[in-house]
Amino acid sequence: MTEIQKRQDRSPVPSAFDYAPAPESREIVSLEERYGLFVGGEWVEPKSGESHPTISPATEEELAEVAYAGPEDVGLAVDAARDAFDNGWSDIAPSERAKYLFRIARLLQERSREFAVLESLDGGKPIRESRDVDLPLAAAHFFYYAGWADKLEYAFPNRRPKPVGVAGQIIPWNFPLLMLSWKIAPALAAGNTVVLKPAESTPLTALLFCDVVRQAELPPGVVNIVTGDGRAGAELVKHPGVDKVAFTGSTDVGKEIQRAVAGTGKKLTLELGGKAANIIFDDAPLDQAVEGIINGIYFNQGHVCCAGSRLLVQESIYEQVIAKLKRRMGTLRVGDPLDKNTDIGAINSREQLEKIRELVAAGEEEGAEIFQPPCRLPEKGWWFPPTVFTNVAQSYRIAQEEIFGPVLSVLTFRTPDEAVEKANNTPYGLSAGVWTEKGSRILSMAQRLRAGVIWANTYNRFDPASPFGGYKESGFGREGGRHGLEPYMRFE
Amino acid sequence: MAQAPALPGGFELPLEPRLPRIGSVDQVAVEERAAALSRRSIKRESKLFALDLAVRMMDLTTLEGADTPGKIAALCSKAMRPDPSDLTVPSVAAVCIYPNLVPVALDRVRGSGVRVASVATAFPSGQSPLELKVEEAAQVAELGADEIDMVIDRGAFLAGQYAKVYDEVRRVKEACGDAHLKVILETGELGTYDNVRRASLLAIAGGADFIKTSTGKIQPAATLPVTLVMLEAIRDVYEETGRKIGMKPAGGIRHAKQAVQYLVLLHETLGTEWLTPDLFRFGASSLLNDVLLQIRKEKTGRYQSPDYFTID
Amino acid sequence: MRLPVKKTYKLYVGGAFPRSESGRSYDAEGANVARASRKDLRDAVRAARDAFPKWAGMTAYNRGQVLYRVAEIMEGRRTQFTELTGDEAEVDAAIDTWVWYAGWADKLAQVLGSSNPVAGPYFNFTVPEPTGVVGVVAPEEPPLAGFVAHLAPVIVGGNAAVIIASEKRPLAAVTLAEVLATSDVPGGVVNVLTGRKEELCPVLAGHMDVNAVDLSGVGDERAELERLAADNVKRVVSNGDGQSPWHVAAFLELKTVWHPVGV
Repeated sequence: MTEIQKRQDRSPVPSAFDYAPAPESREIVSLEERYGLFVGGEWVEPKSGESHPTISPATEEELAEVAYAGPEDVGLAVDAARDAFDNGWSDIAPSERAKYLFRIARLLQERSREFAVLESLDGGKPIRESRDVDLPLAAAHFFYYAGWADKLEYAFPNRRPKPVGVAGQIIPWNFPLLMLSWKIAPALAAGNTVVLKPAESTPLTALLFCDVVRQAELPPGVVNIVTGDGRAGAELVKHPGVDKVAFTGSTDVGKEIQRAVAGTGKKLTLELGGKAANIIFDDAPLDQAVEGIINGIYFNQGHVCCAGSRLLVQESIYEQVIAKLKRRMGTLRVGDPLDKNTDIGAINSREQLEKIRELVAAGEEEGAEIFQPPCRLPEKGWWFPPTVFTNVAQSYRIAQEEIFGPVLSVLTFRTPDEAVEKANNTPYGLSAGVWTEKGSRILSMAQRLRAGVIWANTYNRFDPASPFGGYKESGFGREGGRHGLEPYMRFE
Repeated sequence: MAQAPALPGGFELPLEPRLPRIGSVDQVAVEERAAALSRRSIKRESKLFALDLAVRMMDLTTLEGADTPGKIAALCSKAMRPDPSDLTVPSVAAVCIYPNLVPVALDRVRGSGVRVASVATAFPSGQSPLELKVEEAAQVAELGADEIDMVIDRGAFLAGQYAKVYDEVRRVKEACGDAHLKVILETGELGTYDNVRRASLLAIAGGADFIKTSTGKIQPAATLPVTLVMLEAIRDVYEETGRKIGMKPAGGIRHAKQAVQYLVLLHETLGTEWLTPDLFRFGASSLLNDVLLQIRKEKTGRYQSPDYFTID
Repeated sequence: MRLPVKKTYKLYVGGAFPRSESGRSYDAEGANVARASRKDLRDAVRAARDAFPKWAGMTAYNRGQVLYRVAEIMEGRRTQFTELTGDEAEVDAAIDTWVWYAGWADKLAQVLGSSNPVAGPYFNFTVPEPTGVVGVVAPEEPPLAGFVAHLAPVIVGGNAAVIIASEKRPLAAVTLAEVLATSDVPGGVVNVLTGRKEELCPVLAGHMDVNAVDLSGVGDERAELERLAADNVKRVVSNGDGQSPWHVAAFLELKTVWHPVGV
């Protein structure tokens, strides 16, 4: 053997091609020890006297103490919003209103990293998502609606649109800042003022948003943020000073809210749960379809109302797809949300983790076959590995109920008709996915699927210009696009 | 001769050996996936391993009309001992050159473990009569080249004459004898990822040991998404038949950072088994020095200057 | 006493500030302003044509952000523009016009386009697309607000523009070109020519690679220019000075697509 050959033999032998922890620094975020409520442009102490810590789901660390609004606090916030509406906001020139919203959009872009880190810290989602999806979309949402503020007569020709007044808005914990932008941007563009209640487990980006409101010099009372739990939400919904209620969250709570506003004349929009079918035909581009399945259910740990939680795969390619899917699941990384290499972050709360575990146990009990790639989960915090169930019957709980976790149920179909039938066979109707190379089939499926958002050869794509909302028990009303203005307007 | 029946329109693979269906590739999704993988950051220890592997996987290339024995001699020296000041840096996998220079190269690298790969089949255009191309390959094999890089006939491919393309690969493979065959698809001319996948499966059906992206003579040459598509085709062949085919991105890879991205892509798609020069090569020239720069930077902690590395 | 450094007023073509290839200038507002020749105009059209595909290919959101950035930079130069025009209100109006049109970029398709319920198993939709290179003759007055009112609607939809500034009061337009050059507007998307309208307008109206012309800033010669425009069937537009999405629509084509619906 020559010298050179000997040298080559000494080269390091691969054991593993390991990814480094690539942590995003927390330093950019500065947290207060405690937060009050943001009412009338000021930070105020809750009259309820109640506050609780908000917890990082990845480490169970207490991040800050957050106020829990009581009935009086909610009342004060609604009064502030009413006051701002009556004394100025609805009267200022629409083009000036637009400029406030443009400012907010630009500020979110400027402070994007700070918000992204805070979002991952408070909610558990991977920094890659909060940085690359949540923040850009939130800023874009404000930018898009800013442009409508002084063009409403073109959005509703011949209808003389006017703002409704005060909007009470309740948002969930899965996309805290993004849901805030979906609510506040169109409301303000239309000339309304708002009282927004963030989710109990993820208040921090909404609270930081108040600083953006300050920097944008938004008039006091236009945006009011009252943190708290379901009780504060209920107060907001029933307050007579609220003209319109917007809610995103679970179907059960949505129904309660609908009952609560019955007979009051309040406008209502609901964006509720889903159990979307992701349908793969045998002519689909397979490797990309598998990416689409992964993105559909494991993006944001499956905490997505429009998640593709039911995989409907054409029987003729079943074996191939499952093999590719399982192999791809093996490369998913569960871990520290602040690590840029992480694919799947923490489950948002202990309660949610329990729900997921309960449904997964039900799935096993009912006879479905479970697969989870080997995963080393951190000791502290709330985690669940990516999971897929095969051998699932349409009637199993895991095929009917929304799990809201990284759990996929797989069913098969033989023909397009059967796929449509199975996909529609649910009280939900938020979204669906279709994978096929054939254009006419995409359009035919899109026509027949009873869902508000249809993704063809892609999944989980959002844009402020694209209306989003459900059929049936997934809610009513649309957010995004020209149509997203309608719930916030009244017409003479 | 070809066993593929010449059917009008569409390409029918022979049933023996079985191969995966051609299928299609979604451009938007594949480009996103490649981009996402390129943003992975790997451990420092893995980085050194990756850089070392990149050197061992390199086919150090010169394919110029102006190549002379002198130029080849210098290239071979560099190939055998890339960094004279650091003898732990391994040799590259091969030198890649034109047929006329094969004897010179063989002479220089004898005993070093570095292989001699030569292009053939009217490289780079492939626009010559089949018999001449097959004869060229046979002569290059006769000269003693270890590896032969052929080009597919893109004119025939784009005109839908898939059986012709397949035949040529079969004939050249026969002519290669013991030499291992790389088939260049010239992905920059194929137009769509669907075509890249189709050409990959075609070349593999014809007997390729390696499929290679480009001649390096046109843009675009190798890209991460095109590489991903070819690796997925290789994966499907392996799942279906157990055969392991190699892959070589060539052209446009100039920086060590890119090389590492390709290795990450390879590792995520095909796993550890493919992390060897027997199944993956880089077709490059200036890449080597950038990799050496990075190796020295990793070892010393200091950013380096190209002044300290020989050109050849 | 400090001697100020005097400014040279040049053309803005392809993202750069060349003098006229003819070497000529003319006296306007007390300065020597470049007097563009027909060859300058030829170069400007070429630059616009080259820049068009990339600008048209950007997402609408991106284009909207670029126009907003023009407003941001212009806001920073309010004092300079007020000095030039002598009218603060005009400057405010010009800046606000950029903001107004910026907000239209990602809404045009929703207002101007449609999905059409044809009688058959087909999905049919109509989308607006930019027409290409648009020639604009800006009004003489107001020199800044009028210029912006006729430029913004042209480019927000994805077109590239060759615009002839007010002949008597061109300085604000040239200064605006400096704002464009520093606001992420790709070079060639807007090309500003100063000079004698009498020389330049016929060349613009007759240029075979210009897709549409806005002749609002033209006086008596209109009929002759419209005749010249007919040689390549240009879209001839006369937008008022106000703001409207229909001003944008005037420079957009409408494309309708059919696709069968079936399994």
